[in-house]
Amino acid sequence: MTPPPVRRIAADRHPRVVPAPAEGGHANGATRASDTASSPTARRRAARPTTAAVERMRIESVSLAYGERWVVRDVSLTVRRGEVLALIGASGSGKTTLLRSLNRLTEVTAGAGRAGAIALDGEEIHALEVTELRRRVTMVFQQPNPFPMSIFENVAYALREAPGRGRRRARRAALEPAVREALRRAGLHDEVGEDLDRPALALSGGPQQRLCIARALAADPEVLLLDEPCSALDPISTAVIEELIVGLRESVAVVIVTHNLQQAQRVADHVAFMHLGELVEYGTAEQVFEDPRQQRTRDYIGGAFG
Amino acid sequence: MPAMSASVAEPAKAPALKIVRPPRETTASWPLIDRLGYLLCWAVGIGLCVIALAIVLFMFVKGVSQLRPSLFVESPAPSLHQSESGGFLDPLIGTFIVTAIGIAIAAPAGIGLAAWLTEYARPRWLARAVESGVEMIAGVPSVVLALLGLLIFARGFFAFLAGSTSAGSVTGQSFFVAGITMALLALPLVVGTTREALTQLPPRLREASYALGKTRATTIRRVLLPAVRPGMASGVVLGMGRIIGDTAIIVILMGATLKNEGVGNVPILNTLRGTGSTLTSYVYNNSPAGEGNAPQKAYAAAFVLLMIVLALNALVTRLSRGASPYTADRGTKR
Repeated sequence: MTPPPVRRIAADRHPRVVPAPAEGGHANGATRASDTASSPTARRRAARPTTAAVERMRIESVSLAYGERWVVRDVSLTVRRGEVLALIGASGSGKTTLLRSLNRLTEVTAGAGRAGAIALDGEEIHALEVTELRRRVTMVFQQPNPFPMSIFENVAYALREAPGRGRRRARRAALEPAVREALRRAGLHDEVGEDLDRPALALSGGPQQRLCIARALAADPEVLLLDEPCSALDPISTAVIEELIVGLRESVAVVIVTHNLQQAQRVADHVAFMHLGELVEYGTAEQVFEDPRQQRTRDYIGGAFG
Repeated sequence: MPAMSASVAEPAKAPALKIVRPPRETTASWPLIDRLGYLLCWAVGIGLCVIALAIVLFMFVKGVSQLRPSLFVESPAPSLHQSESGGFLDPLIGTFIVTAIGIAIAAPAGIGLAAWLTEYARPRWLARAVESGVEMIAGVPSVVLALLGLLIFARGFFAFLAGSTSAGSVTGQSFFVAGITMALLALPLVVGTTREALTQLPPRLREASYALGKTRATTIRRVLLPAVRPGMASGVVLGMGRIIGDTAIIVILMGATLKNEGVGNVPILNTLRGTGSTLTSYVYNNSPAGEGNAPQKAYAAAFVLLMIVLALNALVTRLSRGASPYTADRGTKR
């Protein structure tokens, strides 16, 4: 799948270009790739363009609590455009909470609190207007949750309300190109482009989830958060969405929470393994899956718990 | 998916299967008390159906025989002879106007209140107070509301809503006054059904909207309320039924006069500021208990009233059937 063209980076957002992280401290990337050329992970990774990753979000010593209960402790991570970061770990490891804190969706829950700093393009996210933050860092959930409206309305809703009310038809014509573009990016346009007025809930699970991705992309975000996006889907839809995720990372930083280790292996460039609220191990996908440094990571990947 | 459908395109020949069903459960093995209870439930259920049917049949027989087209187009006239006492055009219009005023106030207020109670409800104490306030209004008999209305609207300040007597005191009786008070009657129903529908929406719908950078208000306006449209509509229709069926407020706050009598000479406004009657007060006045004593007219009007209320009930059933926003093909196309 050919990656979409790299999008513009707003000049005022000061993206810091960092070199692509070295391949897990292994001696030679080239020999490594040829070693494991038979595994699907390696096959995909070999085809990966070696563009410089751009740092988008920086999570520094973040701890998160609901009321008095700390669910995430002292986690530091970097989210970059050009790569997919997977958060893995058993249930209750705090990975979903961490994900939700990135666009301050934890605040919907009463009593949520945070220590440490999360920055988006160098700016503390608490200093941003929450609506602006969530337009720049959008999210797709475990359950496909399209609104009970037409496909068109679902995507158009994510776009900023067009200035000037105007006539409905004029407004629609103005929004249509952006809606179609978002559907294309989510790989849904070929299926639904003919009839955008169909009710979104008439779609089946996989296309519904891709519609949710289209909706999340319509706002033209810098970071896309995916909270177990395939756990409610069949294997075929899952494969479609995984391919989509890999294609998207060139234009948007992707963070995915998943329970499915094979999925993490297939889509992720970097993997963070969390356990009981702590970040146990962080590294490239190859390193974490094939040569974990921590015993707990080894146990988890080996299926000893979780 | 075309690839999928191809594999199931083969016409399957139904094999001759014998369907085996377990024997029907009987109550023979039940304890006596359970059997008695079961029987009682049946009896009550059937009894209720019979009563409901009897009411409709009785009103139908009594009403239809008295019903003529002229009743719908003639104003009531004061006469001892039923043949000369006119029709119920004025009460029919009256019913319509009062319902319109009441709902025009109750619907937006009720929907707003329901949205606030489910989506904001802060500060807590205020939410709790509002909640019990709505519950209390729902429980207050309409005649008490009517008295309260009279207490308030008969003040000089409210002269613009109603007429005045020749002595200059405000009557506190008009379509406006009755309609506003009727809104209180319909409000709890609108709040109740809308709130119920809102609380049943899955939380992920709200999250999806927040995650797109929408404010709470935008979420309510563009996602939640459209999703509960059937629920809101049932609430509004239930409220309408409640208004149409009420008598006490009409008698006390609208005078229940024979004809709709305007106050002032601004068209439309004069009617709204004036007194009048509705079908309920017309039935009451023409029943043997009322001063009109024209039972045939009462039956005819009562039949029309019953039909209106039944039609509204049917509408509620229709609206709330498949009301979940998650049934695929409903309410999405305009």
